Amino acid sequence: MKFKRKYLSIPYVLFMVLFVVVPILFIVYYAFTNKGGQFSFTNFVKFFSDSTNVNVLLISFVYAILNTIICLLIGYPIAMILANKKYNKSYVVVLLFIMPMWINFIIRTSATRDVLNWIGLSTGANSGITTMIGLVYNYLPFVILPLYSTMLKMDKSQIEASHDLGANSFQTFFKVIIPMTMPGIVSAATMVFMPTLSSYVISDILSEYNVVLFGSYIDLYFNQSDWNFGSFMALIMLMLIGISVFLTRKFSKDETGGRTSLW
Amino acid sequence: MVKNEKLKVVLARVVLFFVLFLMYLPILVLIVFSFTKSTELGTWTGFSLQLYKDLFENKSLMRAIGNTLLIALVSALVSTILGTLGAVGTFYTKKRAKKSIETMTQLPVVNAEIVMALSLAVLFKAVNASYTFLTLLVGHVVLTVAFVYLNVKPRLVKMDSSIYEAALDLGATPRVALFKIILPEILPGIFSGFLISITLSLDDFVITQYLKEPSFETISTYIQKIVVKHPIPAEVRALTTLLFLVVLGMVIAITIYNNKKANKQLSAMNAKMRGVIK
Amino acid sequence: MAKENETILQLINVNKEFDGSVVVDNFNLDVKKGEFVTFLGPSGCGKTTTLRMIAGLEMPTSGQILLNGKDIAQLPPHKRPLNTVFQRYALFPHLDVYDNIAFGLKLKRIPYEYTDKNGNKKEKLRKYTREEIDAKISKALKIVDLEGFEMRDVATLSGGQQQRVAIARAIVNEPEILLLDEPLGALDLKMRKEMQLELKEMHKKLGITFIYVTHDQEEALTMSDRIVVIEDGIIQQIGTPMDIYNEPSNAFVADFIGESNIYVGTMIDKLKVHFLGANWDCIDDFPLNEKVDVVVRPEDIIIKKPNEGKVKAKIVNKIFKGIHFQFTAMVGNNEVLIQSTVDHPVGEEISLSIDPDLIQIMHREYTTNIYNDAYIDKNNNVVFAGATWEVDVCQLVEGSSLDEKGYLITKEGKKYDLSDLDVIATVEMKDIDISDNLEEGNITGKIIQMVWIGDHYQLVVRTEDEEDFVLETEYTWNELDTVSVIIKKENIKLKLKADLADYEI
Repeated sequence: MKFKRKYLSIPYVLFMVLFVVVPILFIVYYAFTNKGGQFSFTNFVKFFSDSTNVNVLLISFVYAILNTIICLLIGYPIAMILANKKYNKSYVVVLLFIMPMWINFIIRTSATRDVLNWIGLSTGANSGITTMIGLVYNYLPFVILPLYSTMLKMDKSQIEASHDLGANSFQTFFKVIIPMTMPGIVSAATMVFMPTLSSYVISDILSEYNVVLFGSYIDLYFNQSDWNFGSFMALIMLMLIGISVFLTRKFSKDETGGRTSLW
Repeated sequence: MVKNEKLKVVLARVVLFFVLFLMYLPILVLIVFSFTKSTELGTWTGFSLQLYKDLFENKSLMRAIGNTLLIALVSALVSTILGTLGAVGTFYTKKRAKKSIETMTQLPVVNAEIVMALSLAVLFKAVNASYTFLTLLVGHVVLTVAFVYLNVKPRLVKMDSSIYEAALDLGATPRVALFKIILPEILPGIFSGFLISITLSLDDFVITQYLKEPSFETISTYIQKIVVKHPIPAEVRALTTLLFLVVLGMVIAITIYNNKKANKQLSAMNAKMRGVIK
Repeated sequence: MAKENETILQLINVNKEFDGSVVVDNFNLDVKKGEFVTFLGPSGCGKTTTLRMIAGLEMPTSGQILLNGKDIAQLPPHKRPLNTVFQRYALFPHLDVYDNIAFGLKLKRIPYEYTDKNGNKKEKLRKYTREEIDAKISKALKIVDLEGFEMRDVATLSGGQQQRVAIARAIVNEPEILLLDEPLGALDLKMRKEMQLELKEMHKKLGITFIYVTHDQEEALTMSDRIVVIEDGIIQQIGTPMDIYNEPSNAFVADFIGESNIYVGTMIDKLKVHFLGANWDCIDDFPLNEKVDVVVRPEDIIIKKPNEGKVKAKIVNKIFKGIHFQFTAMVGNNEVLIQSTVDHPVGEEISLSIDPDLIQIMHREYTTNIYNDAYIDKNNNVVFAGATWEVDVCQLVEGSSLDEKGYLITKEGKKYDLSDLDVIATVEMKDIDISDNLEEGNITGKIIQMVWIGDHYQLVVRTEDEEDFVLETEYTWNELDTVSVIIKKENIKLKLKADLADYEI
């Protein structure tokens, strides 16, 4: 066989098909079969007939939405300050905001819990608040980075033009800056929303299992060896991800979601 | 007006450093209390390096650290090779196949970690594979390989496509051209892909939890097992201090590297200017 | 210098297709040793593809490429003793000037003789030594006038300097043929002129064969020993710059090389041609009454006082070009481009004359559009060139008419179902219209060729399926514009191809 450069991708393609695509097909297969391996809608019926399941999904949505909003509210002004040459000229400060991502996630999360408990905010009694704090604490860096990079790319003269045309700072912010940074907002939101929905370690540690997010719930069923039902819920998760990717694509064209621009 | 501006700058800095302080607070507390003997967080019993001694004497934790580094290095290496080959090969593939490979590459990037972990667990169960280092390695490569691909690809896109042909024209075989011309061009992308792989793998809990051999612990799984019922073990505070120092060192290294690069660009520009004047 | 008339490279029936469309069509060429041959043509004409096939960067779909008599058509590029200077230099950005030039040398293995312990002479391959490489590189850098640039980073060089490094990198390997793919395209005008002369000088000094690709006719005329004019994958003409300029073989070449006046003429007698409303003596022999293309160079037209020349004209425009004036004069409706060193005011009445041997007469390539594989569909429309056209099918049989079901009824009362009937459709060039409203016509295509013929343009519109429409228009279009093609119902002439009796019902 003559060497062609495209043959180089064969190992990669084989690996991806075998360990990314095929496992997803397995999930689909398990989701629509019962324990005996026959095709059935048992899992479908089971999921939607028990209100506990649907409630978990709804509560997860509430936490995910709240987390996204809080992270954006804190992260947006920070990113603005970081991207503004008047306030910050050094990339080191930006790195400082991202640095927590590089310290082990379990240590970070349990440290938050221990400190909260130490200062008297008991994770057992205030599970909702402590879980939120843990979520925000964990996802804030993921919001700051994409927002910061969109703001860096923003054309400053458009803001000047807005002022020149008679808009005050308030109007300029809502009518020019926010729309112009929309791709960054969308990508920041996706970096928080779906991962919150599927997270489970943070809520487990910070609520002493009082708050159960969808990720935890899937994990629970797998641990109880109900693979078919677990697979069905994983499939729901996959579909939600699919929808969010589709929506994100409509708003922004950054295919990596900013995650690779860490270095 | 000027005073107003100055006030704004000060205010902005205060906000930045307040948020930074909050973000680092839990870690800082761990670091401070790593220098005392008390096992209870918040109780200061005088300066001591006892916890550091404990850390190095905790055999299972030391093994977990070793395991974490091992799986991170091995998986990053495998991912770097696979992902680089994938990106280069796909770059020269026809449009339609290229599109499907790129879509496939997006899957692990957008997918939830728990779904990836579960789907692999389901696969391994279906073929009756028992969990070993190999299954864990597969999991970590799935987690990281796409990021190598996505870091190498832009370098290929930016590359002048005729330099490969120029190498062939000058007598290089396709393999020599690949190693001597294309590889050096995409090396920065490969390098950053490798670093991202390492960080993702070091930090991973979910995939590791599902796909590891039961007796195999990494830092994440080792600590998680304890913290579900107890506070963070005292010697982990010492570990946190060390981790923090490593990360800080990296930040400093990146800053120096970036400055050097900027300087190099500057001197290249100067040289160009001189060339024009000459 | 190389021996005269020794052929170094031969291209025999070389074809190249990309995804079914022909890019290079039956290319035949012999290149002599030491020659400077230029492939000249507009962008997308196949000249670069041909060069890349010689270099080995593309493989021909069919045909042979002989280097010193040996077929190298399927040989990979690294096994060919040829080197290329690429369009945008293609320098290796991670290597400095020295390592860029040394790249080929370091890979090369040269045979040398040695005596083994039994005293037998044997041959082995070895690398160049460091000293040899150093010497070759400094020699190459001297040739391209970049002495002392060895340690420079290529990113810090100007465009012209990068170009010189690219040339040095190619010639240092002492290739038998140096291939240059529009090497001066990225340089500014002044630099380009300078490099043209230097390249020509280098060609003389090195004594190797140069094959040069360009779309710049002036560059080709200045530098080449021989020019190959290519259009649409087909060689239009091969000749010395003088030949190509003075005796273009068709209207395309005439229009592409230099400025020219092109008219449609008719042979009215032996060695007499009618154009611009007058009869002219000429020296080209064509059959009587044949329509021909006539080419006259602007500098070959002589301005005379009224009544002294052959035809009356009036100057309508004047441009000062430095060494001469360029006038536009009108003879009736025809524009005539004239170059003269003598000034005339705009509006002056003059007359023109031309020496018989400066009137170039050529076969007309296109006279009418003929579509041999047309057929009638079930709605009595004609299908050809990838589109369906309304047509008057009654013209097939004189005095016939259509009944309400669409069957053709003849005078004699015979009835025919015309669907699937094979016909030949012809459309005159003047009867085809084009529009930039792509919805308006029946099919869209790109304008691939445009030639000004006295008082109108002759255009070739090519559809995606490679069907051509040749048409005349007074309006100015741009090459590569996408347009839609309109043909009026009454302007499509049909001729029967099959026996109509088979379609009787």
